[in-house]
Amino acid sequence: MGQMEVDEVMCLPRLPRVAVCGGTHGNELSGVYLVREMLKVEKKVVEEEEEPVLVMIVLSNPRATQQCHRYVDTDLNRCFTHATLNGPMSDTDPYEIVRSQELNTLLGPKGSRQAVDLVCDLHNTTANMGMCLITYSDCDWICLHIFRHLQKEIPDIPMRFIHFDVSNKESYSLDSVGKHGFAMEIGPQPHGVVRSNIYTAMKDGVQHMLDWVRLFNSGTMFKGGFVDVFTMVKHIDYPRDSVTHNITAAIHPHLQDRDFCLLHPEDPLFQTFSGETLRYKGKEPLYPFFINECAYYEKGIALSLARKRRVMVPSIRVETEQEQQANDHEYSSEEEN
Amino acid sequence: MSSYSNTARLTEARRVAIFGGTHGNEMSGVTLVNLWMKNSDEIQRKGVEAKPFITNPKAVEKCTRYVDTDLNRAFTPENLSAPGGDELPYEVQRAQEINKVFGPKGSPEAYDVIFDLHNTTSNMGCTLILESSKDHFNLQMMNYIKKAIAPASCLVLLNEHPLLKYSTSRSVAKHPVGLEVGPQPQGVLRSNIFEAMRVILKHALDFIELFNEGMEFPSCSVEVFRVSERIDYPRDANGNIIAMVHPNLQDCDWEPLNPGDPMFQTFDGKTIHYQGSGTVYPTFINEAAYYEKQQAFVTTRRETLVASAIGKA
Repeated sequence: MGQMEVDEVMCLPRLPRVAVCGGTHGNELSGVYLVREMLKVEKKVVEEEEEPVLVMIVLSNPRATQQCHRYVDTDLNRCFTHATLNGPMSDTDPYEIVRSQELNTLLGPKGSRQAVDLVCDLHNTTANMGMCLITYSDCDWICLHIFRHLQKEIPDIPMRFIHFDVSNKESYSLDSVGKHGFAMEIGPQPHGVVRSNIYTAMKDGVQHMLDWVRLFNSGTMFKGGFVDVFTMVKHIDYPRDSVTHNITAAIHPHLQDRDFCLLHPEDPLFQTFSGETLRYKGKEPLYPFFINECAYYEKGIALSLARKRRVMVPSIRVETEQEQQANDHEYSSEEEN
Repeated sequence: MSSYSNTARLTEARRVAIFGGTHGNEMSGVTLVNLWMKNSDEIQRKGVEAKPFITNPKAVEKCTRYVDTDLNRAFTPENLSAPGGDELPYEVQRAQEINKVFGPKGSPEAYDVIFDLHNTTSNMGCTLILESSKDHFNLQMMNYIKKAIAPASCLVLLNEHPLLKYSTSRSVAKHPVGLEVGPQPQGVLRSNIFEAMRVILKHALDFIELFNEGMEFPSCSVEVFRVSERIDYPRDANGNIIAMVHPNLQDCDWEPLNPGDPMFQTFDGKTIHYQGSGTVYPTFINEAAYYEKQQAFVTTRRETLVASAIGKA
C-alpha cells in the first residue's frame, strides 16, 4: 500500500452477502437468542432496496446450544484453520470438526471468491470488556469503518477494537471464513445467562452494522479518521500447583473488572489464597483484557495483554461497476500466482 | 434477662461439615474446601471437628453443575433408599454415600451442622439459607454472623415452602446451613466473592465454638425473607423463553417489587409488568442454573422471627 493522502478515498468492492452467526459457543446466550429472534422475523431481500444485502442468519453450534455448553467435543471457534477445514473427514471426527466443514461450505470456502463478504460472529464474555470487535487485521478498512460507525451510533457503551496479529494461514475462528469478518464480543455476562442490557447492545450493534453495509453498498462515502487499535501481545496464566495443576491464586481485586485500564510493571495481578499479592513483572505497560474469562481457565489464560496504537483509517466508498471490473481482472491474475 | 423466656438447652455441635462442589462449577466452595483439605488450620476450633468435603467430585472435575442430575435436589427419601447401586444416576449414588457418612438423615447419628457452599449468578450478595423457622440454633448462628459482619450485609432466605422446598445435600444434618454468595459467573473465581464466603464461615465456626464452650445467647429477632412464589420466564408454545429479566429488575435482588413494576422485557422491547397482589422481595434473579428449572426469580416476603435463648445442655 502506498502512502495515502489524508483526503484520498479508497474504493472497495461491494458487500452483497453478510452472515450473522450466533451460538458459536452454545452458552453465550445473547447471540443464541438474537439469532433465534432474527430467524423468526427473517426479512426476505427487499425489492425496493437499491442495494439489497443478503443476510444469512446462522446458529453455528446447534448441539452445544441445545445443551447450553460452550462446545460438545472441541471448541468450534478454533476449528477454522485451513488445515482443519481441508483435512480428511472420518466417522469418528469430533462434532465441531464436522460442523466447521459444514459452515465452511455454507459461508466459504475460506479464501475463495465464493466466500461471504462479511462474517459477524456474536460472542459474550464474563470479562468486563463492554463491546469489542475482534479481528485478525489492523488494516481491514471495512471492519474499522464498521467500528467507527458503531462508536458513533452507540456512544453509551465502551467500545474497543482488538487485533490478533495472526496470519491468514493460521487464523482459526469462524469470522476468518468470510472475505471480511470480526467477532462482536460483549461482556460482562455469565455464560448460560441472558442480560437484557447486553442483549440490547448486541441487537443494536448488529442492526447498525447491517445499516452501515447497506449505506456502503449504496455509495455513501465514509470519512476516515483515527481508531485506537489494541493488538494482542501475550497471555498470562494463573499460578498453578505443580502437581494438581489447580490454580493457586485469583485475579487480584484491584485488577478484576479493569479491562483496558493500563497495567504497569509492579501493579497487582493475582491474590493467592493465603492473601499474598503477585505483581506484573513485565517491563512494558500494557492493556489487559479478557480478565477472568471463564472459558479461558482451561486454555491457561487468566488475562490477555495488548499494546495500543492509533491507526489512520482512510476514507472509503464502494467501487463503481467500472472500477469493480478493472479490479476483478486484477484479482484473477493474483489468484493464479 | 431471661425471665420472660426459657433458654432452650441444645446439645453441643461437635461434628460440623463444610461442603464444597455440590455444584461443580460454583468455584468459591470448591476452592475453599480444596484449600482446607490441604491445610485445615483456618477451620480448627476448640471442641469442634470441622470436616471439609467435596460432595460432587465428578462435576468438579468437569467444571459443570452436575453429571446426571442435580445433587442438591437428590436427597429425597426415595433416592436415599433406592436400590440399584451402580445403575443409579451418579448423583443419586453420591447422595446415598453422603447420607451414610454424614447422616443418616433424621437420625441421632447425623452430623450436627453442615455448611453447604454455593455461588449464584444473581446479585444476592451474601445470603444464608435456612430450611426451618423453628431451628433456633441456626437462627442464633445467623444472627451472630449478621452482627459480626455488619455494616456489610448478610441476608437470610427461609425456604420452608411445602412445594418449593427441596432436598438439599445439607439436609442430612440436624442443622443445615446454605451459604449462597453472588454475583459470580459459573466456572469463575472472583477474589472478593471468595473472601466474603471465607469471612462468613469464620464467624459461623466462631459461633459454634462459643456455644460449645458454654456461652448463652439471649433471645433475639432475626429478619428473614420467606420464599413465596417461583416466577418463570414467559415462554412460547414450544417452551422457548420469549422475554428477559427487565433491566429495571436485573441485579435488584432483595429490593421491593410492587404490582405494576417492570418485570420482563420481550426480545423486541415490550415491557411485561408484575401482576401480584402486593409488594414482594425478589431474589435469585436471573440465576443461570434455573433457566432449565423454569425459574426467572423467586418472590419472598419479609418476616421477623424470634429465636429462643439457647445454651448448651
